Amino acid sequence: MRMTLTEKILARHAGKERVEPGELILAKVDLALGNDVTAPIAIRAFRSMGAREVFHRERIALVADHFAPNKDIKSAEQIRIMREFAREAGIANYFEVGRMGIEHVLLPDEGLVVPGDLVIGADSHTCTYGALCAFSTGVGSTDLAAAMFSGEVWLKVPESLRIVLTGKPGKWVEGKDVILHIIGEIGVDGALYRAMEYAGDGISHLSMAWRFTIANMAIEAGAKNGIFPFDAATRDYAEGRGKRGYEVVTADKGARYAEELSVNLSRLEPVVAFPHLPGNARPLSRVGNVPIDQVVVGSCTNGRIEDLRSAAEVVRGRKVHDGVRMLIFPATQEVYLQAMREGLMETFVTAGAAFSTPTCGPCLGGHMGILAAGERAVATTNRNFVGRMGHPESEVYLANPAVAAASAVLGRIGGPDELP
Amino acid sequence: MELRGKAWKYGDDVDTDVIIPARYLNTSDPGELASHCMEDIDRAFASKVSRGDFIVAGKNFGCGSSREHAPIAIKASGASAVIARSFARIFYRNSFNMGLPIFEAPGAVDEIDPGDLLAVDMERGVLRNETKGKEYRVAPVPPFMQELLSAGGLLHYIAKRKKGV
Repeated sequence: MRMTLTEKILARHAGKERVEPGELILAKVDLALGNDVTAPIAIRAFRSMGAREVFHRERIALVADHFAPNKDIKSAEQIRIMREFAREAGIANYFEVGRMGIEHVLLPDEGLVVPGDLVIGADSHTCTYGALCAFSTGVGSTDLAAAMFSGEVWLKVPESLRIVLTGKPGKWVEGKDVILHIIGEIGVDGALYRAMEYAGDGISHLSMAWRFTIANMAIEAGAKNGIFPFDAATRDYAEGRGKRGYEVVTADKGARYAEELSVNLSRLEPVVAFPHLPGNARPLSRVGNVPIDQVVVGSCTNGRIEDLRSAAEVVRGRKVHDGVRMLIFPATQEVYLQAMREGLMETFVTAGAAFSTPTCGPCLGGHMGILAAGERAVATTNRNFVGRMGHPESEVYLANPAVAAASAVLGRIGGPDELP
Repeated sequence: MELRGKAWKYGDDVDTDVIIPARYLNTSDPGELASHCMEDIDRAFASKVSRGDFIVAGKNFGCGSSREHAPIAIKASGASAVIARSFARIFYRNSFNMGLPIFEAPGAVDEIDPGDLLAVDMERGVLRNETKGKEYRVAPVPPFMQELLSAGGLLHYIAKRKKGV
Protein backbone atom coordinates (compact mmCIF):
# COMPACT_ATOMS: atom_id res chain seq x y z
CA MET A 1 0.00 0.00 0.00
CA ARG A 2 1.19 3.50 -0.75
CA MET A 3 1.60 5.69 2.29
CA THR A 4 1.59 9.39 3.17
CA LEU A 5 4.53 10.94 5.07
CA THR A 6 2.72 10.55 8.39
CA GLU A 7 1.66 6.95 7.72
CA LYS A 8 5.20 6.01 6.74
CA ILE A 9 6.80 7.45 9.87
CA LEU A 10 4.15 5.88 12.09
CA ALA A 11 4.53 2.47 10.42
CA ARG A 12 8.28 2.54 10.97
CA HIS A 13 7.89 3.36 14.62
CA ALA A 14 5.23 0.70 15.15
CA GLY A 15 7.42 -1.96 13.52
CA LYS A 16 4.88 -2.49 10.74
CA GLU A 17 5.09 -2.73 6.96
CA ARG A 18 2.04 -0.51 6.61
CA VAL A 19 -0.56 1.32 8.62
CA GLU A 20 -3.95 2.67 7.62
CA PRO A 21 -5.94 5.68 8.80
CA GLY A 22 -8.08 4.81 11.81
CA GLU A 23 -5.77 2.04 12.99
CA LEU A 24 -4.60 2.20 16.62
CA ILE A 25 -0.91 1.53 17.08
CA LEU A 26 1.67 1.45 19.84
CA ALA A 27 4.67 3.33 18.52
CA LYS A 28 8.22 3.88 19.72
CA VAL A 29 9.02 7.42 20.73
CA ASP A 30 12.31 9.08 19.70
CA LEU A 31 11.85 12.01 22.08
CA ALA A 32 9.31 12.81 24.80
CA LEU A 33 8.95 16.38 26.02
CA GLY A 34 7.44 18.12 29.02
CA ASN A 35 7.44 21.67 30.39
CA ASP A 36 6.97 23.34 33.76
CA VAL A 37 3.17 23.31 33.43
CA THR A 38 2.70 19.72 32.23
CA ALA A 39 5.72 17.82 33.61
CA PRO A 40 4.82 18.07 37.32
CA ILE A 41 1.57 16.19 36.66
CA ALA A 42 3.44 13.66 34.53
CA ILE A 43 6.04 13.16 37.25
CA ARG A 44 3.32 12.52 39.82
CA ALA A 45 1.72 9.98 37.45
CA PHE A 46 5.11 8.39 36.72
CA ARG A 47 5.73 7.86 40.42
CA SER A 48 2.20 6.62 41.07
CA MET A 49 2.90 3.80 38.58
CA GLY A 50 5.75 2.73 40.85
CA ALA A 51 8.18 3.62 38.07
CA ARG A 52 11.76 4.52 39.06
CA GLU A 53 13.78 4.66 35.88
CA VAL A 54 12.97 6.44 32.66
CA PHE A 55 13.16 4.41 29.45
CA HIS A 56 16.11 6.40 28.10
CA ARG A 57 17.93 9.31 29.71
CA GLU A 58 18.78 11.07 26.47
CA ARG A 59 15.34 10.70 24.90
CA ILE A 60 13.46 12.88 27.33
CA ALA A 61 13.55 16.67 27.37
CA LEU A 62 12.22 18.83 30.18
CA VAL A 63 12.09 22.57 29.62
CA ALA A 64 11.11 25.26 32.13
CA ASP A 65 9.72 27.88 29.77
CA HIS A 66 6.07 28.71 30.51
CA PHE A 67 6.35 30.44 33.88
CA ALA A 68 10.14 30.81 33.84
CA PRO A 69 11.89 32.81 35.16
CA ASN A 70 9.72 31.71 38.11
CA LYS A 71 6.78 34.10 38.13
CA ASP A 72 5.59 33.40 41.67
CA ILE A 73 6.04 31.00 44.56
CA LYS A 74 3.66 28.40 43.17
CA SER A 75 5.40 28.23 39.82
CA ALA A 76 8.77 28.13 41.56
CA GLU A 77 7.53 25.02 43.38
CA GLN A 78 6.33 23.43 40.12
CA ILE A 79 9.65 24.06 38.44
CA ARG A 80 11.48 22.64 41.45
CA ILE A 81 9.51 19.37 41.10
CA MET A 82 10.71 19.13 37.51
CA ARG A 83 14.31 20.11 38.30
CA GLU A 84 14.63 17.57 41.10
CA PHE A 85 13.08 14.82 39.01
CA ALA A 86 15.47 15.58 36.14
CA ARG A 87 18.42 15.32 38.51
CA GLU A 88 17.22 12.08 40.15
CA ALA A 89 16.31 10.40 36.88
CA GLY A 90 19.54 11.56 35.22
CA ILE A 91 17.70 13.29 32.39
CA ALA A 92 20.33 14.76 30.11
CA ASN A 93 18.17 17.36 28.41
CA TYR A 94 16.92 19.58 31.18
CA PHE A 95 16.83 23.29 30.34
CA GLU A 96 16.28 26.20 32.65
CA VAL A 97 16.95 29.93 32.89
CA GLY A 98 20.27 30.89 31.34
CA ARG A 99 20.43 27.80 29.13
CA MET A 100 16.81 27.52 28.20
CA GLY A 101 14.55 28.61 25.45
CA ILE A 102 11.00 28.07 24.33
CA GLU A 103 10.85 24.31 23.89
CA HIS A 104 9.73 24.16 20.26
CA VAL A 105 12.47 26.48 19.08
CA LEU A 106 15.13 25.10 21.42
CA LEU A 107 14.82 21.36 20.75
CA PRO A 108 15.17 21.40 16.96
CA ASP A 109 17.85 24.13 17.14
CA GLU A 110 19.81 21.95 19.59
CA GLY A 111 19.54 19.02 17.18
CA LEU A 112 17.46 16.97 19.60
CA VAL A 113 14.80 16.38 16.93
CA VAL A 114 15.87 15.03 13.54
CA PRO A 115 13.99 14.25 10.30
CA GLY A 116 11.95 11.05 10.39
CA ASP A 117 11.54 11.17 14.19
CA LEU A 118 8.43 10.40 16.17
CA VAL A 119 8.16 12.96 18.96
CA ILE A 120 5.46 13.45 21.54
CA GLY A 121 5.27 16.34 23.94
CA ALA A 122 2.98 17.38 26.74
CA ASP A 123 2.42 20.67 24.97
CA SER A 124 0.00 21.18 22.12
CA HIS A 125 2.54 22.99 19.93
CA THR A 126 4.78 19.93 19.79
CA CYS A 127 3.48 19.64 16.22
CA THR A 128 6.12 22.29 15.30
CA TYR A 129 8.77 19.66 14.41
CA GLY A 130 6.78 18.55 11.37
CA ALA A 131 8.78 21.27 9.60
CA LEU A 132 11.71 18.82 9.77
CA CYS A 133 9.75 16.02 8.10
CA ALA A 134 9.22 14.39 11.48
CA PHE A 135 5.95 13.21 13.05
CA SER A 136 5.31 15.15 16.23
CA THR A 137 2.18 15.73 18.21
CA GLY A 138 0.92 17.12 21.49
CA VAL A 139 -0.38 14.83 24.22
CA GLY A 140 -1.31 15.17 27.88
CA SER A 141 0.73 14.65 31.01
CA THR A 142 -0.44 11.06 31.52
CA ASP A 143 0.71 10.16 28.01
CA LEU A 144 4.05 11.78 28.80
CA ALA A 145 4.34 9.76 32.02
CA ALA A 146 3.62 6.54 30.15
CA ALA A 147 6.16 7.40 27.44
CA MET A 148 8.85 8.34 29.98
CA PHE A 149 8.38 4.87 31.44
CA SER A 150 7.82 2.69 28.39
CA GLY A 151 9.25 4.68 25.48
CA GLU A 152 5.96 4.13 23.66
CA VAL A 153 2.76 5.96 22.88
CA TRP A 154 -0.63 4.82 21.58
CA LEU A 155 -1.77 6.68 18.51
CA LYS A 156 -4.62 6.54 16.08
CA VAL A 157 -3.25 6.79 12.56
CA PRO A 158 -4.72 10.02 11.16
CA GLU A 159 -6.08 10.60 7.69
CA SER A 160 -4.00 13.13 5.80
CA LEU A 161 -5.10 16.42 4.30
CA ARG A 162 -2.81 17.38 1.43
CA ILE A 163 -2.11 21.09 1.10
CA VAL A 164 -0.45 22.05 -2.17
CA LEU A 165 1.45 25.33 -2.04
CA THR A 166 2.27 27.09 -5.29
CA GLY A 167 3.74 30.47 -6.20
CA LYS A 168 6.04 32.81 -4.34
CA PRO A 169 4.87 34.96 -1.43
CA GLY A 170 5.10 38.74 -1.88
CA LYS A 171 6.86 41.27 0.33
CA TRP A 172 5.72 41.20 4.00
CA VAL A 173 3.93 37.88 3.53
CA GLU A 174 5.48 35.33 5.88
CA GLY A 175 4.90 31.77 7.09
CA LYS A 176 2.42 33.09 9.65
CA ASP A 177 0.18 34.44 6.92
CA VAL A 178 0.18 31.10 5.10
CA ILE A 179 -1.08 29.21 8.16
CA LEU A 180 -3.52 31.91 9.29
CA HIS A 181 -4.95 31.96 5.76
CA ILE A 182 -5.35 28.15 5.78
CA ILE A 183 -7.01 28.11 9.22
CA GLY A 184 -9.27 30.92 8.05
CA GLU A 185 -10.28 28.78 5.07
CA ILE A 186 -10.86 25.44 6.82
CA GLY A 187 -11.75 26.60 10.35
CA VAL A 188 -10.39 25.78 13.80
CA ASP A 189 -11.57 22.17 13.49
CA GLY A 190 -11.03 21.95 9.74
CA ALA A 191 -8.26 19.39 10.13
CA LEU A 192 -9.60 17.71 13.29
CA TYR A 193 -7.76 14.39 13.97
CA ARG A 194 -5.96 14.76 10.61
CA ALA A 195 -2.39 15.24 9.46
CA MET A 196 -1.76 18.39 7.40
CA GLU A 197 0.80 17.37 4.80
CA TYR A 198 2.31 20.12 2.68
CA ALA A 199 3.39 19.64 -0.92
CA GLY A 200 4.05 21.69 -4.06
CA ASP A 201 6.80 23.88 -5.45
CA GLY A 202 5.77 26.83 -3.30
CA ILE A 203 7.57 25.11 -0.40
CA SER A 204 10.93 26.05 -1.93
CA HIS A 205 10.12 29.70 -1.11
CA LEU A 206 9.54 28.93 2.56
CA SER A 207 12.50 29.21 4.95
CA MET A 208 12.83 26.65 7.73
CA ALA A 209 11.71 29.34 10.20
CA TRP A 210 8.50 29.83 8.22
CA ARG A 211 7.93 26.09 7.98
CA PHE A 212 8.27 25.83 11.76
CA THR A 213 5.64 28.57 12.12
CA ILE A 214 3.28 26.79 9.72
CA ALA A 215 3.70 23.36 11.36
CA ASN A 216 3.43 24.97 14.82
CA MET A 217 -0.14 26.13 14.21
CA ALA A 218 -1.47 22.83 12.81
CA ILE A 219 -3.10 22.34 16.21
CA GLU A 220 -5.04 25.57 15.68
CA ALA A 221 -6.86 23.81 12.84
CA GLY A 222 -7.48 20.82 15.13
CA ALA A 223 -4.83 18.72 13.36
CA LYS A 224 -2.81 15.94 14.94
CA ASN A 225 0.31 17.09 13.13
CA GLY A 226 1.57 19.22 10.28
CA ILE A 227 4.37 17.88 8.12
CA PHE A 228 6.65 19.13 5.34
CA PRO A 229 8.56 17.01 2.84
CA PHE A 230 12.34 16.75 3.21
CA ASP A 231 14.29 18.97 0.80
CA ALA A 232 17.57 20.88 0.51
CA ALA A 233 16.51 23.41 3.17
CA THR A 234 15.68 20.60 5.61
CA ARG A 235 19.04 19.00 4.92
CA ASP A 236 20.94 22.27 5.43
CA TYR A 237 19.16 22.79 8.75
CA ALA A 238 19.63 19.22 10.00
CA GLU A 239 23.26 18.79 8.95
CA GLY A 240 25.72 19.71 11.63
CA ARG A 241 22.97 20.12 14.19
CA GLY A 242 21.48 16.66 14.59
CA LYS A 243 22.57 14.78 17.71
CA ARG A 244 21.47 11.52 16.04
CA GLY A 245 21.58 10.17 12.50
CA TYR A 246 18.39 10.39 10.50
CA GLU A 247 16.55 8.68 7.71
CA VAL A 248 14.84 10.59 4.95
CA VAL A 249 11.18 9.65 4.57
CA THR A 250 9.23 10.46 1.42
CA ALA A 251 5.52 10.16 0.67
CA ASP A 252 4.66 7.48 -1.88
CA LYS A 253 3.27 8.52 -5.23
CA GLY A 254 -0.38 7.56 -5.20
CA ALA A 255 -0.72 7.70 -1.40
CA ARG A 256 -4.31 8.30 -0.29
CA TYR A 257 -5.36 11.70 1.01
CA ALA A 258 -8.72 12.42 2.58
CA GLU A 259 -8.85 15.81 0.91
CA GLU A 260 -6.71 18.23 -1.05
CA LEU A 261 -6.44 21.99 -0.77
CA SER A 262 -4.34 24.42 -2.82
CA VAL A 263 -2.93 27.74 -1.81
CA ASN A 264 -1.31 30.12 -4.29
CA LEU A 265 1.22 31.96 -2.12
CA SER A 266 1.60 34.78 -4.64
CA ARG A 267 -2.04 35.79 -4.07
CA LEU A 268 -1.75 36.12 -0.29
CA GLU A 269 -1.46 39.36 1.62
CA PRO A 270 -0.59 39.57 5.31
CA VAL A 271 -3.38 38.07 7.44
CA VAL A 272 -4.67 39.10 10.87
CA ALA A 273 -6.73 36.75 13.05
CA PHE A 274 -9.38 38.63 15.03
CA PRO A 275 -10.58 37.66 18.52
CA HIS A 276 -11.39 35.09 19.75
CA LEU A 277 -10.39 32.31 17.37
CA PRO A 278 -7.33 31.81 15.13
CA GLY A 279 -9.79 31.02 12.34
CA ASN A 280 -11.20 34.59 12.34
CA ALA A 281 -8.70 35.53 9.67
CA ARG A 282 -8.92 38.73 7.62
CA PRO A 283 -6.56 40.06 4.98
CA LEU A 284 -4.70 43.10 6.32
CA SER A 285 -6.41 45.39 3.80
CA ARG A 286 -9.79 44.61 5.40
CA VAL A 287 -8.82 45.12 9.03
CA GLY A 288 -10.11 48.68 9.41
CA ASN A 289 -9.14 50.98 12.25
CA VAL A 290 -8.22 48.93 15.33
CA PRO A 291 -6.26 50.93 17.95
CA ILE A 292 -3.96 48.82 20.15
CA ASP A 293 -2.28 48.96 23.56
CA GLN A 294 0.39 46.27 23.30
CA VAL A 295 2.49 44.37 20.77
CA VAL A 296 4.19 41.05 21.51
CA VAL A 297 6.83 39.59 19.20
CA GLY A 298 7.98 36.13 20.21
CA SER A 299 6.68 32.65 21.18
CA CYS A 300 7.21 29.17 19.75
CA THR A 301 5.36 30.41 16.68
CA ASN A 302 7.42 33.50 15.84
CA GLY A 303 10.36 33.91 18.22
CA ARG A 304 13.13 32.85 15.84
CA ILE A 305 15.95 35.08 14.64
CA GLU A 306 14.27 35.47 11.22
CA ASP A 307 11.15 36.78 13.01
CA LEU A 308 13.15 39.28 15.04
CA ARG A 309 14.96 40.43 11.90
CA SER A 310 11.64 41.01 10.18
CA ALA A 311 10.25 43.06 13.09
CA ALA A 312 13.52 44.98 13.49
CA GLU A 313 13.60 45.92 9.81
CA VAL A 314 10.24 47.63 10.31
CA VAL A 315 10.99 49.54 13.52
CA ARG A 316 14.58 50.51 12.60
CA GLY A 317 14.90 54.28 12.83
CA ARG A 318 11.30 54.63 14.01
CA LYS A 319 9.62 54.95 17.41
CA VAL A 320 7.03 52.76 19.05
CA HIS A 321 3.77 54.74 19.26
CA ASP A 322 3.19 56.67 22.49
CA GLY A 323 0.25 54.61 23.65
CA VAL A 324 1.79 51.21 22.85
CA ARG A 325 3.92 48.83 24.91
CA MET A 326 6.08 46.68 22.63
CA LEU A 327 7.63 43.52 24.04
CA ILE A 328 10.21 41.35 22.26
CA PHE A 329 10.87 37.77 23.36
CA PRO A 330 13.73 35.97 21.60
CA ALA A 331 12.83 32.29 21.81
CA THR A 332 16.20 30.96 22.99
CA GLN A 333 19.51 32.10 24.43
CA GLU A 334 21.03 31.52 20.99
CA VAL A 335 18.43 33.76 19.32
CA TYR A 336 19.05 36.35 22.04
CA LEU A 337 22.80 36.31 21.40
CA GLN A 338 22.35 36.47 17.66
CA ALA A 339 19.97 39.43 18.02
CA MET A 340 22.64 41.13 20.08
CA ARG A 341 25.39 40.41 17.53
CA GLU A 342 23.30 41.73 14.67
CA GLY A 343 22.33 44.89 16.52
CA LEU A 344 18.63 43.99 16.56
CA MET A 345 18.45 44.35 20.30
CA GLU A 346 19.71 47.91 20.03
CA THR A 347 17.23 48.63 17.25
CA PHE A 348 14.33 47.49 19.42
CA VAL A 349 15.45 49.22 22.60
CA THR A 350 16.19 52.47 20.75
CA ALA A 351 12.71 52.35 19.23
CA GLY A 352 11.23 52.14 22.72
CA ALA A 353 10.53 48.42 22.96
CA ALA A 354 11.32 46.10 25.87
CA PHE A 355 13.68 43.21 25.14
CA SER A 356 13.20 40.19 27.41
CA THR A 357 14.91 36.96 28.33
CA PRO A 358 13.24 33.94 26.65
CA THR A 359 9.90 32.82 28.11
CA CYS A 360 6.44 31.74 26.93
CA GLY A 361 5.22 34.41 29.38
CA PRO A 362 2.50 36.58 27.85
CA CYS A 363 1.48 34.20 25.05
CA LEU A 364 -0.60 32.17 27.48
CA GLY A 365 -1.34 34.99 29.88
CA GLY A 366 1.24 33.69 32.31
CA HIS A 367 3.33 36.78 33.08
CA MET A 368 5.51 39.50 31.48
CA GLY A 369 2.84 41.40 29.57
CA ILE A 370 -0.67 40.69 30.86
CA LEU A 371 -3.56 42.72 29.43
CA ALA A 372 -6.08 44.71 31.49
CA ALA A 373 -9.83 44.68 30.79
CA GLY A 374 -10.61 46.25 27.44
CA GLU A 375 -7.00 46.30 26.21
CA ARG A 376 -5.99 45.07 22.78
CA ALA A 377 -2.76 43.42 21.68
CA VAL A 378 -1.29 42.45 18.35
CA ALA A 379 0.79 39.32 18.92
CA THR A 380 2.91 37.02 16.79
CA THR A 381 1.74 34.19 19.06
CA ASN A 382 -0.67 31.38 18.22
CA ARG A 383 -3.93 31.78 20.14
CA ASN A 384 -6.40 34.58 20.65
CA PHE A 385 -8.95 32.81 22.84
CA VAL A 386 -10.98 34.66 25.47
CA GLY A 387 -8.62 35.65 28.29
CA ARG A 388 -5.58 34.18 26.55
CA MET A 389 -3.25 37.09 27.34
CA GLY A 390 -4.93 38.33 30.49
CA HIS A 391 -8.32 39.74 31.40
CA PRO A 392 -11.29 37.89 29.86
CA GLU A 393 -12.38 41.21 28.33
CA SER A 394 -9.04 41.85 26.63
CA GLU A 395 -8.42 41.07 22.96
CA VAL A 396 -5.58 39.45 21.02
CA TYR A 397 -5.04 39.86 17.27
CA LEU A 398 -2.62 37.39 15.68
CA ALA A 399 -0.23 38.59 12.97
CA ASN A 400 3.23 38.11 11.49
CA PRO A 401 6.26 39.91 13.03
CA ALA A 402 6.44 42.64 10.35
CA VAL A 403 2.75 43.55 10.78
CA ALA A 404 3.10 43.40 14.57
CA ALA A 405 6.07 45.78 14.41
CA ALA A 406 4.31 48.17 12.02
CA SER A 407 1.28 48.16 14.31
CA ALA A 408 3.50 49.07 17.25
CA VAL A 409 4.68 52.17 15.38
CA LEU A 410 1.23 53.10 14.05
CA GLY A 411 -0.63 52.58 17.33
CA ARG A 412 -3.25 50.61 15.40
CA ILE A 413 -3.23 47.42 13.36
CA GLY A 414 -1.47 48.09 10.07
CA GLY A 415 1.26 46.96 7.70
CA PRO A 416 4.80 48.20 7.01
CA ASP A 417 3.67 49.87 3.77
CA GLU A 418 1.51 52.29 5.77
CA LEU A 419 4.50 53.69 7.64
CA PRO A 420 5.71 57.17 6.74
CA MET B 1 -23.11 2.48 35.13
CA GLU B 2 -25.53 5.38 34.88
CA LEU B 3 -24.58 9.04 35.10
CA ARG B 4 -27.30 11.49 36.05
CA GLY B 5 -27.47 15.26 36.45
CA LYS B 6 -28.48 18.51 34.87
CA ALA B 7 -27.06 20.19 31.79
CA TRP B 8 -24.72 23.19 31.68
CA LYS B 9 -24.88 24.29 28.07
CA TYR B 10 -22.15 26.04 26.06
CA GLY B 11 -21.42 26.76 22.39
CA ASP B 12 -18.85 25.65 19.79
CA ASP B 13 -15.05 25.66 20.19
CA VAL B 14 -14.93 25.83 24.00
CA ASP B 15 -11.16 26.05 24.42
CA THR B 16 -8.89 24.87 27.23
CA ASP B 17 -8.08 28.48 28.14
CA VAL B 18 -11.66 29.04 29.27
CA ILE B 19 -12.03 25.56 30.80
CA ILE B 20 -9.08 26.46 33.00
CA PRO B 21 -7.28 29.78 32.37
CA ALA B 22 -3.49 29.59 32.19
CA ARG B 23 -3.14 32.06 35.05
CA TYR B 24 -4.11 29.16 37.34
CA LEU B 25 -1.70 26.64 35.84
CA ASN B 26 0.91 27.39 38.48
CA THR B 27 -0.76 24.62 40.47
CA SER B 28 -1.93 21.11 39.64
CA ASP B 29 -4.13 20.73 42.73
CA PRO B 30 -7.50 19.36 41.47
CA GLY B 31 -9.63 21.22 44.06
CA GLU B 32 -8.00 24.55 43.30
CA LEU B 33 -8.27 24.02 39.54
CA ALA B 34 -11.95 23.06 39.93
CA SER B 35 -12.70 26.32 41.74
CA HIS B 36 -11.78 28.23 38.53
CA CYS B 37 -13.29 25.79 36.03
CA MET B 38 -15.07 27.60 33.13
CA GLU B 39 -14.82 30.95 34.93
CA ASP B 40 -13.93 33.06 31.88
CA ILE B 41 -17.18 32.10 30.11
CA ASP B 42 -19.38 31.26 33.10
CA ARG B 43 -18.67 32.71 36.52
CA ALA B 44 -21.48 30.66 38.10
CA PHE B 45 -20.33 27.20 37.00
CA ALA B 46 -17.71 26.38 39.62
CA SER B 47 -19.84 27.45 42.57
CA LYS B 48 -23.21 26.17 41.33
CA VAL B 49 -22.38 22.85 39.62
CA SER B 50 -23.78 19.80 41.43
CA ARG B 51 -22.24 16.34 41.58
CA GLY B 52 -23.27 14.39 38.51
CA ASP B 53 -24.06 17.37 36.26
CA PHE B 54 -23.08 17.38 32.58
CA ILE B 55 -21.25 19.92 30.49
CA VAL B 56 -22.99 20.01 27.10
CA ALA B 57 -21.35 21.81 24.20
CA GLY B 58 -21.13 22.18 20.44
CA LYS B 59 -18.30 21.15 18.16
CA ASN B 60 -14.56 20.97 18.91
CA PHE B 61 -14.86 21.00 22.70
CA GLY B 62 -11.47 21.31 24.45
CA CYS B 63 -9.57 22.83 21.54
CA GLY B 64 -6.24 24.50 22.24
CA SER B 65 -3.68 23.51 24.80
CA SER B 66 -2.67 19.99 25.89
CA ARG B 67 -3.16 20.88 29.55
CA GLU B 68 -4.50 17.88 31.44
CA HIS B 69 -5.56 20.48 33.99
CA ALA B 70 -8.69 20.88 31.83
CA PRO B 71 -10.18 17.38 32.32
CA ILE B 72 -8.80 17.39 35.88
CA ALA B 73 -10.68 20.62 36.66
CA ILE B 74 -13.92 19.32 35.12
CA LYS B 75 -13.66 16.01 36.96
CA ALA B 76 -12.87 17.68 40.28
CA SER B 77 -15.73 20.17 39.82
CA GLY B 78 -18.14 17.27 40.31
CA ALA B 79 -19.37 17.15 36.72
CA SER B 80 -19.83 13.52 35.65
CA ALA B 81 -19.16 13.85 31.92
CA VAL B 82 -18.97 16.08 28.87
CA ILE B 83 -21.40 15.65 25.97
CA ALA B 84 -20.50 17.45 22.75
CA ARG B 85 -20.97 17.39 19.01
CA SER B 86 -17.24 16.70 18.68
CA PHE B 87 -14.02 16.94 20.72
CA ALA B 88 -10.56 18.32 20.00
CA ARG B 89 -8.13 15.42 19.84
CA ILE B 90 -5.77 16.10 22.75
CA PHE B 91 -8.72 16.76 25.07
CA TYR B 92 -10.28 13.51 23.83
CA ARG B 93 -7.24 11.40 24.68
CA ASN B 94 -6.58 13.21 27.95
CA SER B 95 -10.13 12.50 29.08
CA PHE B 96 -9.76 8.77 28.49
CA ASN B 97 -6.32 8.71 30.06
CA MET B 98 -7.74 10.50 33.12
CA GLY B 99 -11.01 8.60 33.33
CA LEU B 100 -13.37 11.50 32.54
CA PRO B 101 -16.26 10.09 30.47
CA ILE B 102 -16.98 12.04 27.29
CA PHE B 103 -19.67 11.39 24.71
CA GLU B 104 -20.09 12.49 21.12
CA ALA B 105 -23.80 12.98 20.56
CA PRO B 106 -24.32 15.46 17.72
CA GLY B 107 -28.04 14.75 17.45
CA ALA B 108 -28.75 15.31 21.12
CA VAL B 109 -26.80 18.51 21.74
CA ASP B 110 -29.09 20.89 19.83
CA GLU B 111 -32.17 19.66 21.71
CA ILE B 112 -30.69 20.02 25.18
CA ASP B 113 -31.47 23.25 27.05
CA PRO B 114 -29.58 24.52 30.09
CA GLY B 115 -30.86 22.80 33.23
CA ASP B 116 -32.40 19.78 31.44
CA LEU B 117 -32.10 16.61 33.50
CA LEU B 118 -29.97 14.06 31.63
CA ALA B 119 -28.98 10.44 32.20
CA VAL B 120 -26.37 8.38 30.35
CA ASP B 121 -26.32 4.60 30.42
CA MET B 122 -22.70 3.91 29.52
CA GLU B 123 -23.12 0.18 28.81
CA ARG B 124 -26.06 0.63 26.45
CA GLY B 125 -24.63 3.81 24.95
CA VAL B 126 -27.89 5.69 25.49
CA LEU B 127 -28.42 9.30 26.50
CA ARG B 128 -31.84 10.19 27.95
CA ASN B 129 -33.14 13.74 28.22
CA GLU B 130 -35.59 13.22 31.09
CA THR B 131 -36.88 16.79 30.94
CA LYS B 132 -37.82 16.43 27.27
CA GLY B 133 -38.60 12.69 27.38
CA LYS B 134 -36.22 11.87 24.52
CA GLU B 135 -33.55 9.19 23.99
CA TYR B 136 -30.43 9.29 21.83
CA ARG B 137 -27.63 6.89 20.99
CA VAL B 138 -24.14 8.15 21.82
CA ALA B 139 -21.11 7.14 19.73
CA PRO B 140 -19.74 3.85 21.13
CA VAL B 141 -16.37 3.89 22.87
CA PRO B 142 -13.72 2.32 20.54
CA PRO B 143 -12.45 -1.12 21.69
CA PHE B 144 -8.94 0.12 22.54
CA MET B 145 -10.38 2.90 24.68
CA GLN B 146 -12.58 0.37 26.45
CA GLU B 147 -9.41 -1.61 27.20
CA LEU B 148 -7.85 1.56 28.63
CA LEU B 149 -10.90 2.20 30.79
CA SER B 150 -11.14 -1.40 32.00
CA ALA B 151 -7.41 -1.45 32.87
CA GLY B 152 -8.08 1.60 35.06
CA GLY B 153 -6.49 4.19 32.80
CA LEU B 154 -3.39 4.45 30.66
CA LEU B 155 -0.83 4.08 33.44
CA HIS B 156 -2.22 0.74 34.58
CA TYR B 157 -2.56 -0.41 31.00
CA ILE B 158 1.11 0.32 30.24
CA ALA B 159 2.32 -1.16 33.52
CA LYS B 160 0.43 -4.40 32.81
CA ARG B 161 1.76 -4.58 29.30
CA LYS B 162 5.33 -3.97 30.38
CA LYS B 163 5.09 -6.76 32.97
CA GLY B 164 3.76 -9.14 30.33
CA VAL B 165 6.74 -8.58 28.01
